[in-house]
Amino acid sequence: MSDAPLVDVRDIVAGYGDESVLDGVSLSVERGEFVGLVGPNGAGKTTLLQTINGVLEPDGGQVLVDGVAVHDLSSRAASRRVATVPQDTTVAFEFPVEAVVEMGRTPHRGRFSGDPDGREAIERALDRTDTARFRERPVGSLSGGERQRVVLARALAQATPALVLDEPTASLDVNHQVRTLELVRALTREGKGALAAIHDLDLAARFCDRLAVLADGDVRAVGPPEEVLTGERVATAFDTPAAVVPSPVTGAPTVTPLSHPGPDGDADHWLGHEHGHDSRDDVGRDTGHDPEAVDLQVHVAGAGTAAARTVATLAAAGATVTAGVVPEGGLAASVAREHGVETVEASPFEPVDAATEAAARDHLVAADVAVLAGDLPPSLRALVRDHDAVVRVTDRGTGRGQTGNVEGAANGVETTSGEGTGSAEATGSADEFRVDSHTTPARVAETVRQVAERPAPADD
Amino acid sequence: MGAPTSTGSGGDTGTDPATETDEPTGPATAPSASRRSASVRAASWSAGLTVVLVAVVLASATIGPVSLSIPVVAKAALNAVAVPTGVTLTAASVGLGGATATVPVPDLTYTYLFSFPVDGTAETIVRSIRLPRIALGVVVGVALASAGTVMQGFFRNPMADPSIVGVSSGAAVGAVATIALSLSIPFGIQGAAFAGALVTAFVVYLVATENGRTPVATLLLAGVAVQTFLGAVVSYLLLQAGESIEQALYWLMGRLHTATWSDVEVTLPVAAVCLVVVLVYTRDLNVLLLGEEDAHTLGIEVERTKRILLAVSSIATAAAVAVAGVIGFVGLVVPHMLRLVVGPDHRVLLPTSAIAGGAFLVAADTVARAGPAELPVGIVTAALGAPFFLYLLVTREVHSL
Repeated sequence: MSDAPLVDVRDIVAGYGDESVLDGVSLSVERGEFVGLVGPNGAGKTTLLQTINGVLEPDGGQVLVDGVAVHDLSSRAASRRVATVPQDTTVAFEFPVEAVVEMGRTPHRGRFSGDPDGREAIERALDRTDTARFRERPVGSLSGGERQRVVLARALAQATPALVLDEPTASLDVNHQVRTLELVRALTREGKGALAAIHDLDLAARFCDRLAVLADGDVRAVGPPEEVLTGERVATAFDTPAAVVPSPVTGAPTVTPLSHPGPDGDADHWLGHEHGHDSRDDVGRDTGHDPEAVDLQVHVAGAGTAAARTVATLAAAGATVTAGVVPEGGLAASVAREHGVETVEASPFEPVDAATEAAARDHLVAADVAVLAGDLPPSLRALVRDHDAVVRVTDRGTGRGQTGNVEGAANGVETTSGEGTGSAEATGSADEFRVDSHTTPARVAETVRQVAERPAPADD
Repeated sequence: MGAPTSTGSGGDTGTDPATETDEPTGPATAPSASRRSASVRAASWSAGLTVVLVAVVLASATIGPVSLSIPVVAKAALNAVAVPTGVTLTAASVGLGGATATVPVPDLTYTYLFSFPVDGTAETIVRSIRLPRIALGVVVGVALASAGTVMQGFFRNPMADPSIVGVSSGAAVGAVATIALSLSIPFGIQGAAFAGALVTAFVVYLVATENGRTPVATLLLAGVAVQTFLGAVVSYLLLQAGESIEQALYWLMGRLHTATWSDVEVTLPVAAVCLVVVLVYTRDLNVLLLGEEDAHTLGIEVERTKRILLAVSSIATAAAVAVAGVIGFVGLVVPHMLRLVVGPDHRVLLPTSAIAGGAFLVAADTVARAGPAELPVGIVTAALGAPFFLYLLVTREVHSL
């Protein structure tokens, strides 16, 4: 029996009423293993956890815990095998912490015979989760992070081999997220098997031994985080382009979602939501084109999220994209590579040499539109601005670099006249279009097309 | 008796500065203190409230057209204390429709424990007139308050009361139909009320149950709908009542003035058994407060536990309203008052609510009969309970369970 996985989910079909959520899911968790369950909202993560802890009776398949089918067990027997940390830890009642932890002993307590091991298990759980010091306080008076630990203590007091956690870090600050997951990982090192639904892909990748990607009612991939989390897989599962690069600090994969290639109607919604309906916003829409199709050659220069998003957006919109100079190994470079974009890269901390600059210049000359997105050394910035049609993508979200241009981005798109301002930023082209990388892909694509269609400015 | 200490008042610990500064209590002292807490608190609070209950009972027995002193009342009351020491079966004829049948009815023989010398008239007044009514008040109050506590925990809804699944409305239909239509049925009005109450609760349960699951929200809404429907039935029956309308209205308002020792004999065992059963389930009730899903992952057989709790509290309520009519507010307000004082832990809350419910109803009934014209006790419980509850609502936090 000890060779079999601790939790063995076999071909589970489950749902609520007529609505099927899980369609033949199989997954296993070994003793001493921390498995993360990731996937978009509505993928069925909670449903899967509920079939494992016995709350939901599956329509097909079975879940074995320690070799026994959970759904053949009484609630009491099942609760001695699987403990659950629920998503909603709001205990609306004024029970003291210790009383809540004591409730974890319910499956071990005989109605008349009591629970001889209870005291010790409760003390250990309180100690382990560092909640002993507020044992007398009502749960309602604790912070979200402390309450999470109390619920975790309750699950520990249950003394089960398997632990199931539903979004244990969803409402916690960074510090408590890390502490919670560290604790869960430490518990698995002592022999428990844990399965946790985790929203934050970076955290999941950092703490879990294996990840299972759940999407559309099925497990799309299972394995070590670095194998499972690829840009393509994340893009398919979450329906959004994403860049995956190893974290320079932890080495675990980090996922940066880029932008959502949603339908235009969707984009309008977001735009209206963020900026209100400025009359200027509608100008570009009167052209009658499909606002997302960009049949142009576009060169993107810059760095960071702004450049990465722009490359992904324009590539998705059908433009022939070239990129450079972008920092070597950065987000923009990895996204460009993923989209098969011809890219000029340079070491981020050294002056750009003449050959690199020349390569970038070639791309620029060939491009219909030049896009400046994010940070760029001044010499290269000047190079880009020599182009007739320049779109500037600012990164309002972080305010990095482009300090002089941030305020111009407040309306999403802004045309500034470059004449006579004397500003180094504005010299070069007569008109400069600015677009905020946080608006929408459609807006970025549209602005690029608008710039290309505009009559060439007369040189002065 | 052990007076409850500051750690005893669970409802206050959040704001009590003493407990907050107390936080880094050494592990050596803290476990023993909290391990004791639930059972010790339950015992000390119950003992304290029992003293209050006895005081209320004695004080109530002194009040009436003939004023009696406490010592006289105490002696007469002790003389009335009896334990059943034997059972004999006697035949009783029961009429149903036109037919009569003979059924065996258990008849208890009692042994009296005390015999203090008391003035004969005073003893008669206390034992035959005042005490049966007071005793019935205690039993009904205990039944309603404990059923109310269970229902509020069960429904996780502060507005839940013992009648929430239609028990009182069903009892009212049974009783009013018997009165208004002059029906002749076994065990009379009380039997009809008891049967009506249980049938209604069962129908509500069936309506709300699907595939073996009974969502409490559905149960609550089904209860409201059935109560509304039965309210219409009662109104219609009242229109048909003719001269018996006064009797029917009195029944509906809830009253104890017809109380006899035989009412106590029937109601007491039912209420006692129900109370014992729910006391066994206090831990389960605590866990159910976390939500049904959590309760399931903590090893509670949720649906089975809900069925037992619902059945037992419905039977307790039915037994109470069958003898006393519809007495509102005891089952709603008393658990809330006690929750403010002793906190949400049912191990403490349930026994204390039960005792406090008995004391509250006896006090209210004393007010009801002390005035120049006797009032139905249901009017008094509502008239006293509602303002007091509003006072609690404004001054303390009664926003949740």
